[in-house]
Amino acid sequence: MDPLLAPTGLQIAWFALIALLFGVYFVLEGFDFGVQMNVGTLARDDHERHTLLSTIHPVWDGNQVWIITGAAAIFAAFPEWYATLFSGFYPVLLLLLFSLIVRVVAFTYRDARPGDAWRRAWDGIHVATGFLPPFLWGIVLGDVVAGVEIDQNRWVVTSAAGLLQPFALLAGVVLVLLFWLHGSHYLTLKLQGDLRERARRRARLLMLPALLGGAALLLWYQLAYSHQSWTWAPLLVAALALVGTLLAQRGRREGLTLVGTGVAILAAAATLFGGLFPYVMPSTGLEGTGLTVAGSSSTPHTLTIMLVVTCILVPVILVYQSWAYWVFRHRLNEDGSTRATVKPLAARLAEGHRRAFEAE
Amino acid sequence: MEALDLARWQFGITTVYHFLFVPLTIGLSLLVAVMQTFSVFAKDPDRKDAWTRMTKFFGSLLVLNFAIGIATGIVQEFQFGLNWSEYARYVGDVFGAPLALEGLIAFFLESVFLGLWIFGWNKLPEKIHLLTIWAVALGTTCSAYFIVAANSFMQHPVGATLNPETGRAELDSLWAVLTNVTTLAAFPHVIAGAWLVAAAFVTGIASWHMVKHHRAADDVGRDTEEGSRQHELARGLYRPTVRFGVLAMVLAAIALVVSGDQQAQIMFKQQPMKMASAEALCETETGASFSILTVGGPDAFAQDCSSITHLIEVPYVTSFLATHTFDATLQGVDELNAQAQEEFGSTVTDIHGNQVTAEYRPNLFVTYWSFRLMMGLAAFSGVVALWALWATRKGRTTGSRAFQWFTVLAIPMPFFANSAGWVFTEMGRQPWVVHPNPDDPTVRLMTLQGVSSHPAGWVVASLIAFTLVYGVLAVVWFLLIRRTALQGAPLPHRDPDTGQLDTPMLSFDY
Repeated sequence: MDPLLAPTGLQIAWFALIALLFGVYFVLEGFDFGVQMNVGTLARDDHERHTLLSTIHPVWDGNQVWIITGAAAIFAAFPEWYATLFSGFYPVLLLLLFSLIVRVVAFTYRDARPGDAWRRAWDGIHVATGFLPPFLWGIVLGDVVAGVEIDQNRWVVTSAAGLLQPFALLAGVVLVLLFWLHGSHYLTLKLQGDLRERARRRARLLMLPALLGGAALLLWYQLAYSHQSWTWAPLLVAALALVGTLLAQRGRREGLTLVGTGVAILAAAATLFGGLFPYVMPSTGLEGTGLTVAGSSSTPHTLTIMLVVTCILVPVILVYQSWAYWVFRHRLNEDGSTRATVKPLAARLAEGHRRAFEAE
Repeated sequence: MEALDLARWQFGITTVYHFLFVPLTIGLSLLVAVMQTFSVFAKDPDRKDAWTRMTKFFGSLLVLNFAIGIATGIVQEFQFGLNWSEYARYVGDVFGAPLALEGLIAFFLESVFLGLWIFGWNKLPEKIHLLTIWAVALGTTCSAYFIVAANSFMQHPVGATLNPETGRAELDSLWAVLTNVTTLAAFPHVIAGAWLVAAAFVTGIASWHMVKHHRAADDVGRDTEEGSRQHELARGLYRPTVRFGVLAMVLAAIALVVSGDQQAQIMFKQQPMKMASAEALCETETGASFSILTVGGPDAFAQDCSSITHLIEVPYVTSFLATHTFDATLQGVDELNAQAQEEFGSTVTDIHGNQVTAEYRPNLFVTYWSFRLMMGLAAFSGVVALWALWATRKGRTTGSRAFQWFTVLAIPMPFFANSAGWVFTEMGRQPWVVHPNPDDPTVRLMTLQGVSSHPAGWVVASLIAFTLVYGVLAVVWFLLIRRTALQGAPLPHRDPDTGQLDTPMLSFDY
């Protein structure tokens, strides 16, 4: 067997880890994107738009770091993959970068000064940068798993138009639908009153398109591109999760709907990445030009050290990130606030503060 | 222009731009953490309130600045692959590790805890909330460490060997990479530079408001109720912040000089060409002078050392900077270039397999002037610090318009000094992207060997797009910072229903 198709356990572990980093990013940042998509059509006025964005404001940044780290992890563990992917998908990735850049500042700058036109402009950016990144990530992922033409130098020679192959476009659309649904579920959990009801209706509306689109994408992938037959299993999990989500929607189990779309996104990522193995970037060009897990990784020394460090750090990150979610677990009121439950200590401090300011 | 030059411009523009905001984030997150610590542990209720207000005031500015730093930082994580794919292949085994560590250790910490800090007011217990801003400050500082470690590998590769089979650098020891002597010298310098930026920022803005309230008090008379209120704002609220900012400036300046001196000595050994260019030292000299003003013909841009004229010089100082002795012999640019031609060849192979002429001299003009600009601009802060100390001596405040404007105009100087320092160290490293380590020069890569194989048109398009997007963002950033800074410290506000006291911070809530 070609040694390039037989990676070591260490290389497999890193491949799985990178799939996991992408999967967690899609699950967490996925609902952030979905909330942004809803800013345009679910909210009716400035205040409601502010309320929608408030549901993700404290947590989106930590969610985004999963992909920053994911990119750096590809660099550290599979430098050849990093180099070929990022240089080869230049136009798509640049567009993705620009949308991520303005998206980041939109969160902070929207409410940094008053003005209707100002806020409407940033809300427009929120909607655009809610739709655009998932669509572009879909194209990137679709192109990676379906393959592009790579030459002997390991440079992608597929043209910019060639990157818009039908499978990649479908992947883009499906990611948008899935994240939109996912974000709507998140909103039903974080809101109250009429907005929550509207989010629920939005989710029901999106359920079938997401289910059908997802099924079409994964079946197409499994039949045409996947290198593995075991990925039928995660494919089935994704399908069951979405059917379960549908039932949870009927039963008004908001928590379960969010878990449902989360599991479906993770399972879809597992299907796509799993079926990619033992390649990291299959080539539609000459035989042997595809990048493999075995042939594009760092040395065993680097992989070992970084694996140990990552296995120590990721649980720590999960602990404090979960804590952040716990701190901001409350539903927002219809007025967009959380009614603070004043603890005795906080009350005492507030009292002291009040006296102090009254003196001024 | 070729794709290589365009890619270099793009890296330069995006990175210098990113690093305009980053030093303020690093420095200000620490200063805000210290302010909040003063507030939490203050015994005197007036002091406590003053520091709470300052924490929220500068905290709002920090949050505005953080956003643009994060946004432009995403690009940094991707562009080694976008435009420098062959570099990424060559160093990935070594260079990817500090970047991944930066993500795992620094970015998660700062991002998660920044969210907790901004939205955790009145939600978290006071001391836990204080810890969140310290976590942010720690995160930003760690981030600087890992990125300086990665950069130091490009300046002075250690802990790695060349695999002749693959033609790639391979990691021997991550510990060696992280404790590179170049990193240990550069990190304190970078951090002190960041502190200076933030300290000048705090001093400038607080001075502005101190003078404003001082003058307002004088206008209505200090014995009136309004006058005494205004005077108290100048004396009780802003003066301590000015003093605090000045103290931070002084500490940062001392750290900058000490670490800069260390770094210069190391760099004379590790990258003599960079330092010779910085000093416009063309010929090898013993007891080399320090050039204060050197002018060159148009050829100076074209890296020709023979066309320059030294106008003002201080004898022996360059030798002293290099070795702390006055009579050291330093090699000049021409001799070093000849040596490099000998050692590394007069031609090199580019990414397309073509042989091209190798030129081992960096751009003299840029290297020489960016080095002087770095030091000259930072010196501005020295004047501000002395003036502010004098103006606020023994409990005084001042109404001097000149002082007010000078401190504000001095705010951008350390920002530009930081940029100049990075332009110097990166341009001075050319033509290398990985500069050969004099002890073991096998791991090395020239910049022209690291670039991606893109048609020039793509790079032009992305360069234009970056410049436009970044230009608009810079204007938005400036207007928001200016607006928030002019508003001054937020007034305390009491909720009429609950009686809870809250000082607003922008209009964020959860």
